[in-house]
Amino acid sequence: MLSLIRSSIRDLLPIVLVIAFFQFAVLRQPFPNVDDLLVGVVLVVLGLTFFTRGLEQGLFPIGEAIAHAFARKGSLMWLLIFAFALGFGTTIAEPALIAIADEAAKVAAQAGAIESNEASMRNYARGLRVTVAFSVGVAIVVGVFRILKGWPLHYLIIGGYIGVVVITMFASPEIIGIAYDSGGVTTSTVTVPMVTALGVGLATSIRGRNPLVDGFGLIAFASLTPMIFVMIYGMLI
Amino acid sequence: MDLFTGLAHTLYSTLHDVLPIVAVVIGFQVLVLRRPIPNLGKSLIGFVYVLIGLTLFLAGLERALFPLGKLMAYQLTSPAFLGGDPVSTAGLVRWQDYGWVYVFAAALGFATTLAEPALIAVAVKAQSVSGGTVRVWGLRVAVALGVAIGIALGTYRIVTGTPLHYYIITGYVIVLIQTVFAPRAIIPLAYDSGGVTTSTVTVPLVAALGLGLASTVPGRNVLIDGFGLIAFASLFPIITVMGYAQLSDWWSLRRKRRQASAKDDVD
Repeated sequence: MLSLIRSSIRDLLPIVLVIAFFQFAVLRQPFPNVDDLLVGVVLVVLGLTFFTRGLEQGLFPIGEAIAHAFARKGSLMWLLIFAFALGFGTTIAEPALIAIADEAAKVAAQAGAIESNEASMRNYARGLRVTVAFSVGVAIVVGVFRILKGWPLHYLIIGGYIGVVVITMFASPEIIGIAYDSGGVTTSTVTVPMVTALGVGLATSIRGRNPLVDGFGLIAFASLTPMIFVMIYGMLI
Repeated sequence: MDLFTGLAHTLYSTLHDVLPIVAVVIGFQVLVLRRPIPNLGKSLIGFVYVLIGLTLFLAGLERALFPLGKLMAYQLTSPAFLGGDPVSTAGLVRWQDYGWVYVFAAALGFATTLAEPALIAVAVKAQSVSGGTVRVWGLRVAVALGVAIGIALGTYRIVTGTPLHYYIITGYVIVLIQTVFAPRAIIPLAYDSGGVTTSTVTVPLVAALGLGLASTVPGRNVLIDGFGLIAFASLFPIITVMGYAQLSDWWSLRRKRRQASAKDDVD
C-alpha cells in the first residue's frame, strides 16, 4: 500500500508543479485557500491509490472472468448482447456526456435548428444522449465481433475515419465541434478498464488470437462511432 | 463547500458511473452465464475500492485543482494579462500575443494526462499483455506528449479561428500514413490511447481553457470555437504512440546493426 501511495504521488507531481510554476512565475500571485488546496491534494493521492488497488483486484479480474465465461459458453448471440448492454449502459449515465448534451442543445437552439424553449432543448439533449449511448453499444459489438474474427483493426478504423470525413462535409458547422468532442468523452474511467479487460480476456481465451494485437481496440471504436452518429443526428433533427 | 457534502455529492455521481456496469455484469451473470465468478468476494471489495478511490480523487480535484486550474485558464487568457490590447491596428488578432497560453496548454495537457486513471489502467494492462515490451511509463509519456501537442495546437486554432476539421482531417491523414509503416502490434494500442486520454482530469480543465479562450479572443464564438480541444487531445496521442513504437523499433535495429558491424571489425 505504501508503494502504491508513493506512485500516486509521483503521478500527481507534474500537475502540482505546472500549477505552481504558472501561479508564481507567470501570473505572480500567491495561492488562494492554501488549506483547501492541501486537503484536496491529500484526497486526490488517496483516491488514486484506492483506484489502482481496486483496478487490479476488482475491475480487471471481473472483466476477464466474464470474457472467459462467454468464450466457454460459446453463444455468440449472448456475447454480442452483453457487449451492447455494457456499451449502452455505461454511456447513458455518463456525467460528462450529460453535460455536453445540454451544451449541444444550447448550440442547436441558437443556430435555429430547434425551437428555443426548455422542452425542445431537453428533448434534443435526451435524443443526443441516447444516440451517443447507442453508438457506443454498436461500437463494442463491432469491436467484439472483430476480436472473434481476428480482422485487422486498422481497416475498420480507417474506414470509420473516412466515414467521419465524408459526413463532416455535409454536417452543419455548429454540430462538428460537439460531435468530435463527444467521441472523447464517452469512455469514462470505470468503463475503460472494464472494456479493456473484456477485450484482452476474449483474445486470450480464443485460440490463435494475440492479446496485444487483437485484445485492444474496443476503446478506439467507442471513440469513433459517436462522431458519426452525432453528426447524423444533427442532420436528421 | 463543506468537505462531507462534497464527498457525498461526488459519491453519488460516481455511483452513476459504477452502478450500470455492476448491474450489467450481475444481470448477465445471474441470467445468462449462471456460473460463479472466481474470488467473487475479493473482486467485490475491489469494486468498492474503485468507488472509494474515484470519489476521493474527484472530490479532491473539485476542491483543489479544478478551481485553481480554471481560474488560471481565465487569467492567462484575459486581456489584462496579455498586456493591453491584443488586437493590432488592422483589427486582426495576433497569435504571437498568446505565447503563455500555448505553453500553459501544453504543460497542463502533459501533466493531467500523466495523472489520468484510465490511462494508468490501459498502460498496466498493455505492459502485462506485451510481456514488458510496452512499458507503463513509456506509453504514458508518449500519450501525454501527444495530448500536450494536441492541446497547444488546439488553443492556437481557437486564437486564429481556423476551422476545426482542417486540423483533424490532416491528423487523420498522418495517422493513416503512420499505420502503414508502424509495427503491427502497436496499432490497436495506439488507436485505443486516443480514447482513454480524455476523461476525469483532463476534460474539465481543458474545456475551461477552451471556453475561456474563445470568450476572450475578439471575434471568436464560444459555441463554435470553444469546443474541439478534446478532439485534438484524442487524436494526437495516436500519432505519438505510433511514433514512439517506430522510434524504439528504429533504435533497436540500429543497435543491432552497430553490434553486427562491431563484430565484423573484430573478425
